Amino acid sequence: MLSNLDPIVLARAQFAFTMSFHIVFPAFSIGLASYLAVLEALWLWTGREVFLNLFHYWLKIFAIAFGMGVVSGIVMSYQFGTNWSVFADKTGPVIGPLMAYEVLTAFFLEAGFLGVMLFGLERVGPRLHFVATLMVAIGTLISAFWILSANSWMQTPAGYAINPDGQFVVADWFKVIFNPSFPYRLVHMVLAAYLTTSLVVGAVGAYHLLRDPHLAGPRVMFSMAMWMAALIAPIQILAGDQHGLNTLEHQPAKVMAMEGHYQSHKDGAPLILFGLPDQEAGRVDYAIEIPKLSSLILKHSLDAPLAGLDTVPRENWPPVAITFWSFRIMVALGFLIFALGLFSLWTRWRGTLFDSRPLHIFALTMGPAGFIAVLAGWITTETGRQPFTVYGLLRTADAVSPLAAPAVGSSLLAFVVVYFIVFAAGAIYILRLMAASPHHGEEGPRGDMPARAAGITPASGVAGQGALS
Amino acid sequence: MIAAVDLATVWAFIIAFAVFVYVVMDGFDLGLGMLFPLFPAKADRDVMMNSVAPVWDGNETWLVLGGGGLMAAFPLAYAVLMPALYTPMIAMLIGLVFRGVAFEFRWRTTAARNRWDIAFAGGSLLATLAQGVALGAILQGVHVEGRHYAGGWWDWLTPFSLLTGVALVIGYSLLGATWLILKTEGALREKAYRLSWGLLFAMLAAIALVSIATPFLSIQYAQRWFAWPNVALAAPVPIAVAAVTALLIRSLGQKQDSRPFFLALALFALSYAGLGISMYPFIVPQSITIWQAAAPQNSQIFMLVGVAGLVPLILGYTGWAYWVFRGKVRAGSGYH
Ligand code: HDD
Ligand code: HEM
Ligand code: HEM
Repeated sequence: MLSNLDPIVLARAQFAFTMSFHIVFPAFSIGLASYLAVLEALWLWTGREVFLNLFHYWLKIFAIAFGMGVVSGIVMSYQFGTNWSVFADKTGPVIGPLMAYEVLTAFFLEAGFLGVMLFGLERVGPRLHFVATLMVAIGTLISAFWILSANSWMQTPAGYAINPDGQFVVADWFKVIFNPSFPYRLVHMVLAAYLTTSLVVGAVGAYHLLRDPHLAGPRVMFSMAMWMAALIAPIQILAGDQHGLNTLEHQPAKVMAMEGHYQSHKDGAPLILFGLPDQEAGRVDYAIEIPKLSSLILKHSLDAPLAGLDTVPRENWPPVAITFWSFRIMVALGFLIFALGLFSLWTRWRGTLFDSRPLHIFALTMGPAGFIAVLAGWITTETGRQPFTVYGLLRTADAVSPLAAPAVGSSLLAFVVVYFIVFAAGAIYILRLMAASPHHGEEGPRGDMPARAAGITPASGVAGQGALS
Repeated sequence: MIAAVDLATVWAFIIAFAVFVYVVMDGFDLGLGMLFPLFPAKADRDVMMNSVAPVWDGNETWLVLGGGGLMAAFPLAYAVLMPALYTPMIAMLIGLVFRGVAFEFRWRTTAARNRWDIAFAGGSLLATLAQGVALGAILQGVHVEGRHYAGGWWDWLTPFSLLTGVALVIGYSLLGATWLILKTEGALREKAYRLSWGLLFAMLAAIALVSIATPFLSIQYAQRWFAWPNVALAAPVPIAVAAVTALLIRSLGQKQDSRPFFLALALFALSYAGLGISMYPFIVPQSITIWQAAAPQNSQIFMLVGVAGLVPLILGYTGWAYWVFRGKVRAGSGYH
C-alpha cells in the first residue's frame, strides 16, 4: 500500500510533521529560559521569596519542555541526511557550517549549563547558578540565530557560487549569514517565542487567579506576562509588516499566495479577507475583499499596480490555499493578542487587573494562541517558498534522497506513533504541574535529586564534599 | 592541492574525535540504561538516573556535532551514508527519543510500575544496537553510484553488522557498569563489580570476533593489517589491548573504584584506533576517500576557526559541570 505513494510526498510530510513538533518546544523554551533568567535576577536583586518560588515552579516545566525540544531536535538534524541527501550534498558546504556553529556556540552552551541550572543551586550557590541560567537563556537565542540564518539562506540565498559538482559553495560568508531575509526572520521569530511564553505564563496565572485572586505567585506572574504581551504584540505586528515587505522584494510569489492574488491588478489590488482559493482555476471563490487595501499595505499607495501569480509560470506556483489560510490564522491571532494586551492595560489602569474575570477568561483561552501562530507562521513561510527548497535554485523534488516509498512511509508512521505517545505524555505532565499553583517553599525539578539531598543534609548528599549550601 | 589534502585529514580527525567523545560520553549513559532491567529496585534506579541526569544532554550533543560536522565537512559522505543507514538511523533516533524524555518523565508519573523506566532501558538498547549495526554496515562498504547511494534499504543487515551491533551493546554496558562502580556505593556497587567481570570477558570476545571478521570483509583491510610496513603500525594495538585488559582485571580484583571506568574507556579508545587504521583514508569504505568527500576549503577553514576556538572552551565548561556533580551519588534517603 505504501509503495503506491510518492516518496517525495512522504519525505515532505515527515519533515513537516517532525519539524512542526520540534518548533513548538523551542518557541516555548527560548521564551521560558529568558523568563527564568529574569525571575532569578529579580530574586537575587530583591530577595523576595515569591520570585524564587516562581523560578522553581517554571523550572520544573522548563525541564520537561527542554528535554522534548532536545530529542525532537536531534531527529531534525539527521533528517537532512536520511530523507534529503541530495539537498545535504548540494548545500552542505553552506548550510553545514552554519549548523555546526549552532552546535558549537549554542547546543553545547545550553547542554553544558543545563545540569547546573536544573540541579545545581545548592552546589554552586546563587550567583554562579544565575550565570548558568543566563548561559542557557543565551544559548537558546544563539541557537535561533544560526538555524534561522540557515533557513533564511534557503529562502533568500546570497553570497554563494555553484561548483562543477553542482554544489553550492560560499563566496562571501558575511552575505551568507546575513542574507536578505535573515534579520527580519530572526526578530519575528524571537518575538514570537517571547509572545508564546507570555501567553502560556499569563494563562497559568489567570487560571489560578480565577480560583483565588489573592495568591501571590499567580498575581506576580500574571502581571509580568500581561506587560510582556502588551509590549511585544504591537512590535510583533510592525515586525511582521516589515517582514512582509522584505518578502515582497525577494519572494514575490510567496506574497501573491499569502494574499490570494492569482490575477495582477493594474490600479490597486484588493485585500482579500476571506475566500476559497481554487488552484486549478487560478482564482479565489467567494472572496470578501476591501478594494485597494493590499496595494496600500504592500506599496504604501492605493493605486499602485501589483503583479499576481499570472506572471509566474505555473510550475513555480506555491500551494496557495495553505499559504493563504495559515497566513490569515497567524495575523488574526496577532491582533487578538494585541487586543488582550490592550484589555490588560485598561484593567491595570482601572486597578482591576487581578479581579477582572473576563480578562482572566480571555487570557486563559489565549494560552495556546502563541503556539498556533508560530505553527501557522512557519507553514506560511515554508509552503510559500515551494516548489523550491533553495529558493529559485533547487527544487524540492530534486533534493530528496533516492529512497523507496516503503522506507520513508514506515519511518513516517513510526515517528507519528512515537511522537503522539511521547509528547502527549509530556504535555499531560506539564499540564499537571501547571494545575498546581506555585506555593511557599516550592521545590526544584526533583525532590529527591542529589542536589536537594546535599542541600538539606549536606553530609549524606555527596561523599567527600563539604556543605556548600 | 597540498593544503586541501591536509585540511581534509585534519577534518577527518576532528570528526573522528567528535564521534569518539560521543562514544565515551554517551556510551556509559546508554550502557547504564541497558543495565536498568538488572536493577529492579526503585531506589537503585533513582541513584543510577541521578548519576547521569545533569550531564546526559551534553553527552548527546557530541552526536549532533558528529552528524552536523560530517554534513559540513564531508557533505558527500553524509549524503551517501545516511540513506544507506536509513533504518538503523531512524531506529537510533526513536530510541534516543524514548530514553531522552525518560530522564524527566519518570519523576512525573504516579503509576506504580514506571513505564518510563522501560522506555529508558528499551530506548537505550535500541539506540546502541542501531549504532553498532550502523558501524558494521559502514565497515562492510556501501554501494555507491555517482554521488548517490545505490543499494537497497536492507543492505545494512548482515551477520557482520549484527555482530558489531551486539559488540557495542556489550561495550556500552561495560562502560555503564564501571561508571556505576565509580559513582555508587554499597550493594549497588558490588553488583556493578560482578556485572563488570562478565561484561569484560564478553567484550574481549566481541573484540576478538570483530577483529577476526574484519579482514575477511575486503582485501583492503587484510593488507592494511598484515602487510609490511603497516604491521609495525598496527601491531602495537593488540599488544596495548592486552596490557589494558590486564590492568582492568587487576583494578576489578582489587576494587579500585576510580580505575575500571577509565581503563574501560582506554579499551574503547584502542578498538577505535584499530577501526581508524582499517578505514583511513576512506570515509565510505572502498568507494569514497576523505578528499573526494571534502567540502570546499573555505567551508572547512571557516569551521576550523570555530572548532579551534570553541572546542577547548566547551571541554572546559563541560568538565566544570562534571566537577560540580562529582563524587558518589547516594539514594535520597536523607530526604523527607
Ligand atoms: C534549516 C532549515 C529549515 C528550518 C529551520 C525549517 N524548515 Fe521547514 N523545510 C525545510 C527546511 C527548514 C526543507 C528541508 O527545506 C523542507 C523539506 C522539504 C522542503 O521543501 O523544504 C521544509 C519543508 C517544510 C514543510 C513542508 C512544506 C511543503 O511540503 O509544502 C513544512 C510544513 C515545514 N517545513 C514546516 C517548518 C516549520 C514548522 C518550521 C519551524 C521551525 C520549519 N519548517 C523550519
Ligand atoms: C530544520 C531545522 C532545525 C534543526 C535541524 C534543528 C536541530 C536541533 C537539534 C539537533 C536540537 C537539540 C540540541 C541539543 O542536543 O541540545 C535542537 C534544539 C533546539 N532548537 Fe532546533 N532545529 C531546527 C529548527 C529550529 C528553529 C527554527 C529554532 C528556533 C527558532 C530552533 C531552536 C532550537 C532551540 C532553542 C533548541 C534547544 C532545545 C529546546 O528548545 O528545547 N530550532 N534543534
Ligand atoms: C499580525 C501581525 C503579523 C504579521 C503582519 C506577520 C507577518 C508575517 C509574514 C509576512 C511572515 C512570512 C515571512 C516570509 O516567510 O517571508 C511571517 C512568518 C512568521 N510569523 Fe508572523 N506576522 C504577524 C504575527 C505573528 C505572531 C503573533 C506570531 C507568533 C506568536 C508570528 C509568528 C511567525 C512565525 C514563527 C513565522 C515564520 C518564521 C518567519 O518567517 O519569520 N507572527 N509573519
